[in-house]
Amino acid sequence: MSSKETKTATGKTAKDLNVKPVHIESGFEVNPVYTADDIAESSIKNEMPGEYPFTRGIHPTMYRNKPFTIRQYAGFASPEETNERFHFLIKNGQSGLNVAFDLPTQCGLDSDDPRAFGEVGRVGMSIDTLEDFEIAFRNIDLDKITVSLTINGTAIILIAMYVAMAEKLGYDIANLRGTAQNDILKEFIGRGTWIFPVDKSVKLVVDTIEYCAKHVPKYSPVSVCGYHIRESGANPVQEMAYAFCIAKAYSDGALERGITIDDFASRLSFNFDIYGNLFEQIAKFRGGRRLWAKIIREEYGAKKDSSCWLRMIAGGGGGGLTKEQPENNIVRSAYYALISALSGTQTMALCSYDEAYTIPTEHSAEISLRTMQIMIHEMGICDTVDPLGGSYYVEALTDRFEKEIREEMKTVEKWNGIVEAVATGKIQESVSKQAYEREMGVQRGEIPKVGVNIFTRDEEAKDVEFHPYNQKAVDAQIEKLKRIKSTRDNIQVQTCLETIKKDAQENKNLMPSIIAAVKVYCTVGEIVQVMKEVYGEYKEPIFF
Amino acid sequence: MKVLLSKPGLDGHDVGVKVLAHGLKDAGYEVVYTGLRKTITEIIDQAIACKADIIGMSILSGTHLVIAQKMKEEMSARKLNMPWFVGGNIPSKDVNELKKIGASEAFATGTKVSEVVNYFSSMKATVKTNAA
Repeated sequence: MSSKETKTATGKTAKDLNVKPVHIESGFEVNPVYTADDIAESSIKNEMPGEYPFTRGIHPTMYRNKPFTIRQYAGFASPEETNERFHFLIKNGQSGLNVAFDLPTQCGLDSDDPRAFGEVGRVGMSIDTLEDFEIAFRNIDLDKITVSLTINGTAIILIAMYVAMAEKLGYDIANLRGTAQNDILKEFIGRGTWIFPVDKSVKLVVDTIEYCAKHVPKYSPVSVCGYHIRESGANPVQEMAYAFCIAKAYSDGALERGITIDDFASRLSFNFDIYGNLFEQIAKFRGGRRLWAKIIREEYGAKKDSSCWLRMIAGGGGGGLTKEQPENNIVRSAYYALISALSGTQTMALCSYDEAYTIPTEHSAEISLRTMQIMIHEMGICDTVDPLGGSYYVEALTDRFEKEIREEMKTVEKWNGIVEAVATGKIQESVSKQAYEREMGVQRGEIPKVGVNIFTRDEEAKDVEFHPYNQKAVDAQIEKLKRIKSTRDNIQVQTCLETIKKDAQENKNLMPSIIAAVKVYCTVGEIVQVMKEVYGEYKEPIFF
Repeated sequence: MKVLLSKPGLDGHDVGVKVLAHGLKDAGYEVVYTGLRKTITEIIDQAIACKADIIGMSILSGTHLVIAQKMKEEMSARKLNMPWFVGGNIPSKDVNELKKIGASEAFATGTKVSEVVNYFSSMKATVKTNAA
């Protein structure tokens, strides 16, 4: 990335003022002072919030009537315990739920699978069948609470369960709201819960977009995650660029099914990371929001404004938090929350201060919740839309981000597009190298980190803690699975699994056959198994 | 000296293991990385096939004790005495626990790359002595 100086008309560059040049993480230099001349050419002067290209926010009044949604990541162990935690969070004012699943569920293995040994219920809730879903959401009003499913490799099955559960409970699925993460391309780059080959995995994401566009139009089937890409080592420009390339890949797939961009683009959402330079992050979101609107209108010809909206969940990223002096993370998270609000997010989630070494406790989760509530209710953050709009620095940086993200997207095109770049490991190789350079920068003290390489103090290191592994709960989960398998209609189960297999072979949309299968209590593992028989499994290219 | 770095279990967080792979490579070690979600059998097979001198396992999901136990059992069942170490989200009380099971070392989150490299320098001496 270029690091040329942007000399202003008033000449206030680092050289002019005889100060050291400063480069932000995205690679370019920022001036010590900005003036009106720096935004003389900017389009921002004619922009209002809620108007295309939405640099200043997607709604005209933003938080004035309704603040952003608070949605903390939660869910652990059994569906029964998860249900209790959900009720606790709702009672404490949380308006949305963000569900964590254990690794076997994420990788498509049942609780009794030998490969799931030791992992059941460990990093999230375990789901084997629809019954687990029904327990986890017991007495939760799906009309009032929006639910986000943090699931990718098996997202099509979990979305099918959500739809099936809602239908069984008598909700009209045409009005059903909620979000699934369902961004498999980022899993290949960052988090690793892939199952099927890259092209088949993208096909399944497109299945959910097509199905929801036709039958569950208010549901957001995909939340494209720059977050994990950044956590894997991407800089802020790359975070946005790769996320946009991914969103375009899913959109292209959906368009090939004969639905129009306006049928689904307004239900696409994004999940972004926040840590590092405050102004860089804000410009990232404002510039990214403008660019995304232009892509959807200019390249895809969307007519509806809502199709052009960059709707996002953005909160504090784990990458910024430290194990050393963990209480400092409370302060960091408050800044991240501020960045998120100043950037016009729709939903906010903060990592808890102890998340660098444990699954958040009820106490630390409450501090995160209160951090956001203090900002909303005491700081006046909701009073005025886009309060930084017009700042010479922020606007100049916003313009620069729009340009830099566009440039980075062209690099991906040179790699033959995002699907190819992921399948060959090109992106994984590039971000892991950057992660190494960044980590060494911190370890050598070149990148300052308070409590880690500056202002350190001798302290007893905080110890890593895990929620105690609950063998009893695991045994109960496996018992429950056994009981379901012996009491369900196993002839129907076989028929449903064969239908999924047949639909996969005929390259049909799998949503209808999976919904039918989960309703008769086919397990996640059984469904994934028949899909593997047709699609095969992903072979990971090894890069570091 | 050749190091096989591996990801056993289902955990897909591989930033740390890749950072270490880069660090060891820069320090002059030969590094082979298995990729994600390998069983203990697969890891040992690969270590033998690539003639590794030591196996590293990166585990962040909290399953380190269970996995270490399996490693020990399979190593003794196959009558192997290749050294192995563990890195990741490891509580300090489990460091000794892991060593008791049979790990030659355990590195918790926050360990500097240089510390691991130093450890390897001392290992190198041991491996050479054993070979001689």
